[in-house]
Amino acid sequence: MNKADFLAALRKGLAGLPEEEIEERLTFYSEMIDDRVEEGLSEEEAVARIGPVELVVSQILSDLSDPPPTREGTGPRRRFSAWELVLLILGSPLWLSLAVVAGLAVLTPYAVLWSVLLSLWALDLALAACAIAGVLSPIGFALQGSIWPGIALFGAGLACAGACLLFFFACKRASKGTLSLAKRLFTGLKSRLIRKERRA
Amino acid sequence: MDIQLKRGLLDVCVLAAIKGKDSYGYQIIKDIKPYLELSESTLYTILKRLESAHLLTVRTAEHDGRLRKYYHITEQGLRRLEEFQSDWEEILRLYRFITKEK
Repeated sequence: MNKADFLAALRKGLAGLPEEEIEERLTFYSEMIDDRVEEGLSEEEAVARIGPVELVVSQILSDLSDPPPTREGTGPRRRFSAWELVLLILGSPLWLSLAVVAGLAVLTPYAVLWSVLLSLWALDLALAACAIAGVLSPIGFALQGSIWPGIALFGAGLACAGACLLFFFACKRASKGTLSLAKRLFTGLKSRLIRKERRA
Repeated sequence: MDIQLKRGLLDVCVLAAIKGKDSYGYQIIKDIKPYLELSESTLYTILKRLESAHLLTVRTAEHDGRLRKYYHITEQGLRRLEEFQSDWEEILRLYRFITKEK
């Protein structure tokens, strides 16, 4: 197998990787072969020293699936150069407000979700207050000497208590639903951000 | 050998191979060969790793009518080599403790 065949086979084996990465690896192997040829080997011998293409491809792919433990974040951080800093400061009226808007846009769905939930619970609390007031009202009416309005209000109070209980379970259900929805929104957002970071 | 340990050793070996003067892929493989069989794809991965950690820099230069990549150790790379030496002295001390006869 000569150099051109080897490189062509390697390119085929690495298909699917980013084009830039393939090119870089091909240059690397090409240089290795050239250096061996320069030392006196024939092109075929030099290629043979590198090893069978299939083995090289599988080695590269396994290296890729076994990423190094040093994360990019642990490397020295890039410092902003002077003009970048100036641009950053001069542009702050623009990018800062845009960033705030973006943050608020993300926050809005949450605020809407939680305010709906809050109003549901407030309604339930109001029903509970009505129930207590209704049930206790006959005492006041009895002290004034009238009984029937008190009994009517007592009935209304009991109805409120019933509604309050029923509504309580509805609220609980809604809270759980909202919580899981918020969680899903959050993880969705997070995964999107992380995917973007990886692509970058 | 433990894979993390081996990886760390390989990094230091390649740094040591370019410590004295800038070197290129095939020369590095030849220099390390008496001590360790290093495949091209392994070397490529190590060089990439060292470059992204700013332990070496790469430049392309013309050689005999073609291009060749030369690797140059950085200050940080030299510091890593020094660190390795002091780490190793500590490991040796521990080794002597571990293998000490009663």
